[in-house]
Amino acid sequence: MTVPVTRAAPEPLAERRIALVDLLDRLLAGGVVLSGDLTLRIADVDLVRVDLKALISSVSEDVPSPWGPAGEVRL
Amino acid sequence: MSTTDRLRYVYAVTRPFEGVLPEGAHGIGGEPPRLLRHGDLVAVVGAVPPEDFDEAPLRARLEDLDWLADTARAHDAVIAAISTVTCPLPLRLATVCRDDSGVRRLLEDGHDRFVRALERLDGRVEWGVKVYAEPQAAEEAEPEAPASGTTGRDYLRRRLHARRSRDGDWQRADALCRRLHAELSRYAEAGTVHRPQDARLSGAPGVNVLNAAYLVDRTRSERFVELVEAASEPGVRVELTGPWAPYSFAGIADEDAPAPGEAPAATADAPAPQEAGR
Repeated sequence: MTVPVTRAAPEPLAERRIALVDLLDRLLAGGVVLSGDLTLRIADVDLVRVDLKALISSVSEDVPSPWGPAGEVRL
Repeated sequence: MSTTDRLRYVYAVTRPFEGVLPEGAHGIGGEPPRLLRHGDLVAVVGAVPPEDFDEAPLRARLEDLDWLADTARAHDAVIAAISTVTCPLPLRLATVCRDDSGVRRLLEDGHDRFVRALERLDGRVEWGVKVYAEPQAAEEAEPEAPASGTTGRDYLRRRLHARRSRDGDWQRADALCRRLHAELSRYAEAGTVHRPQDARLSGAPGVNVLNAAYLVDRTRSERFVELVEAASEPGVRVELTGPWAPYSFAGIADEDAPAPGEAPAATADAPAPQEAGR
């Protein structure tokens, strides 16, 4: 499950082996949130928290981050 | 189905750039993305079928892990392809418009936000840093029955020793997280913390105690990577992922944006002295 790290020179990125869990961390919580023409925004969908709840959200209770609840840390 | 019936999936917003999207970015449903320019911004869009992406079906689809995984990977492949030619502002997964004019409206309405965010993210990449505690004593401490020939007192002593070293492992992991975070922060312009990952989901050994992302200038990335790669200790494993497009920081620009009429907040970002040379 280790991701080969590409250094500053990007490899053909389509070839990257990325752990799904790392990707979902970013795609479900990151990115600019906009309302397109469709009113659905992924942020509004319980979604993934529904189906994957057992997997994803069980984490936070069991293993609290040493930095407190998930969120941004201003540097 | 004709193209006009299809919805528009918007992957990212960028500045106009020279060149074309690299080959190989197939996009969602195998539909190669195209560039839709409006004024001084470009949307990277792909046509997607309403059977999957209209509001009601999308809601159901998003709960299908296989579909979600394919869609997320296709989304990321497009973002990664754009990242080789320009610095994109990635949009949240499944941002969908009815048609091209909806996309133009989106660029129009969000123009100032997009421009600020693109400026903030230009030349930066995201690195993921995960710290895992691997308490070695944990396994040894499993209550083995006292071996024959040892006394109950020996057994208890071993248990106590194991517990102490396990506590020490956790303390070491915690201390390393804090030290590493402070050190990495000197090289990063922003940091954010994702939820720790469940080992059942990630398949990674150990207990994920820190799942962080850092926004780092490309010119400082090499040093950043070295720091992370040198950080592991016995009982504490540090993993690096990336470089990612700045997914974890794309939304943050909104919060930092000055209110209309307000002077730009000079304190919004950590000073980046190296910027002068770029």
